[in-house]
Amino acid sequence: MRYNWNWAILVTEPYLVWMLSGLMWTIAVSLVGWVIALVLGSIVGIARTVKQPLVRWIAAAYVEIFRNVPLLVQIFLWYFVLPELLPPAAGTWLKRDLPNAEFWTAAVSLGTYTACRVAEQLRAGIQAIAGGQASAGLASGLTTVQVYRYILLPVAFRIIVPALTSEFLNIFKNSSLALTIGLLEVTSRSRQISEYTYQPIEIFTEATMLYCLIALLVATGMRIIEKRSALPGMIAVEAR
Amino acid sequence: MGGFDFAYLAAALPLLWEGMQVTLLLTLFGIIGGLTLGAVLAVLRLSRTRPVALAAAAYVTFFRSIPILLGLFWFYFLVPIWLGRPIDGFYAALAGFVLFEAAYFCEIIRAGIQSVRHGQVLAGLASGLTYRQTMRSVVLPQALRNMLPVLLTQSINLFKGTSLVYIVGVRDFLTAADVIGARDNRIVEMYALVAIVYFLICFAASLLARRLQRRYAI
Repeated sequence: MRYNWNWAILVTEPYLVWMLSGLMWTIAVSLVGWVIALVLGSIVGIARTVKQPLVRWIAAAYVEIFRNVPLLVQIFLWYFVLPELLPPAAGTWLKRDLPNAEFWTAAVSLGTYTACRVAEQLRAGIQAIAGGQASAGLASGLTTVQVYRYILLPVAFRIIVPALTSEFLNIFKNSSLALTIGLLEVTSRSRQISEYTYQPIEIFTEATMLYCLIALLVATGMRIIEKRSALPGMIAVEAR
Repeated sequence: MGGFDFAYLAAALPLLWEGMQVTLLLTLFGIIGGLTLGAVLAVLRLSRTRPVALAAAAYVTFFRSIPILLGLFWFYFLVPIWLGRPIDGFYAALAGFVLFEAAYFCEIIRAGIQSVRHGQVLAGLASGLTYRQTMRSVVLPQALRNMLPVLLTQSINLFKGTSLVYIVGVRDFLTAADVIGARDNRIVEMYALVAIVYFLICFAASLLARRLQRRYAI
C-alpha cells in the first residue's frame, strides 16, 4: 500500500472550514428534524391510543407507511416527487424559490420518518400505564384530555426517555442521507474533501471522530435527562 | 405526468427485477454475515474475561455511533488504496453492511440470551447438566424464541438499508428504477413504484414478525 500521509490536511484552509460548516448542517438538520419528530410523533402516538377507531386507524397507517419505506426513498419522494404532484405554482416554489430547499426537505424527511418511531415508543409508553390509572382518572371526574395531560403523558414520556435517546442518536446518523439531495453535511463534506485532496483516510477518520463525538455528547446529555426523569420503581419499556 | 402506463411498466420489469436481485442478494449475504459475526460478538460480550467483553462492547458502541453510509465510504474509497486496484461496489457495500449489522445483531442476540432468567442456568447446572448442555438445551431454545421476531425486524431494516448502495453506484432496485426513470423521464412514477414495492414487502414481513412474536414469545 502506497499512501502519502498528511494529517495537516485536516487543518488546512479551506478544508477545516468546510468540515466545520458540514458539522453545523448535520447538527442543524438533525435538531430541526428532531423537533418535527417529537411534535408529530407525540400527536400520532397519542392518536394510536384514543378510543375513536378512525383516528387510531389513520395514525396506524401513518406509522406503517413511514416505517416500511426506506428513508432514502422517502427523501427522494419529498424532494423529487412532491413538487410534481403539487399545483404548478407551489411545485415551482418548492423547486426554485424556497431558500435552502435541501435543508428543509432533509429536515422534513428526517422528522416525518423519525416521528413514526417516536409515535411507536410513546404508544408503548402510554399502553404500559393505561388501564387502571386512566380509569381512576376518569372516575375521579377528569375529562379524557385531562387524563392524558395530567396522568398518562407525564408518566409515558418519562418511561420512554431511554428509547428516545437511541432515536435521537439515529437522527444524527440518518442525516447523512441528506447528501443525496445536495445538503453539504459532514458525510457529504468528507466525500468532497477526499475527492479534492486524495487523502480519504485522514478525512474519513475525522468524520468518524465527529460522529463519535456527537454520539458521546448525545449519550451523556441524555443520561443526565434519564437520571432526572427516571420514575422510581419503573423499568424502561421498549417498543418493538 | 398522466396516468400510469402498464405496458411501459412491463417493459421496465426485467431491469427492475435485476436490481431487486441485487437488493435481495445484499440482504441475504448481509444477514448471513451479520448474524455469524454478531453471534461471535455476542458470545465475546457475555464472556467472563473482562478485556474480551470490553473489546466486543467497544466494537458494538463504535459501529452503532457512526452512520452506515460513512462506513460504505470507508470501504468504497479506502479498500482500493489498500489493494492498489478498484473493487466492485457490491463487495464494498456488503463488507460495510456485515460489519455494521453485526453490531446490531450482537445486541439482539445478547438481549435474547439475557432474557432467559439466570435461575434457569443455575437450575440446569444443579440438575447435573454441564454448562454446554445447559446452554444448548435450556437457555438457547428459549433465547431463540425471544429473539426471532426482533431478528426479523432487524433483517427488514437491512433490506430497506441496502437502498443506500444507490450512493456508491451499485445497481440495486432503487438505482435500477432511478436509471430507468431518468432515461425515460418518468422519475415520478418510478420512485412511486419503488416506494410501493418496498412498502408491500416490508409491511408483509413486519406482519409476519408480529405473528412470530405472538406465537413464540415466552
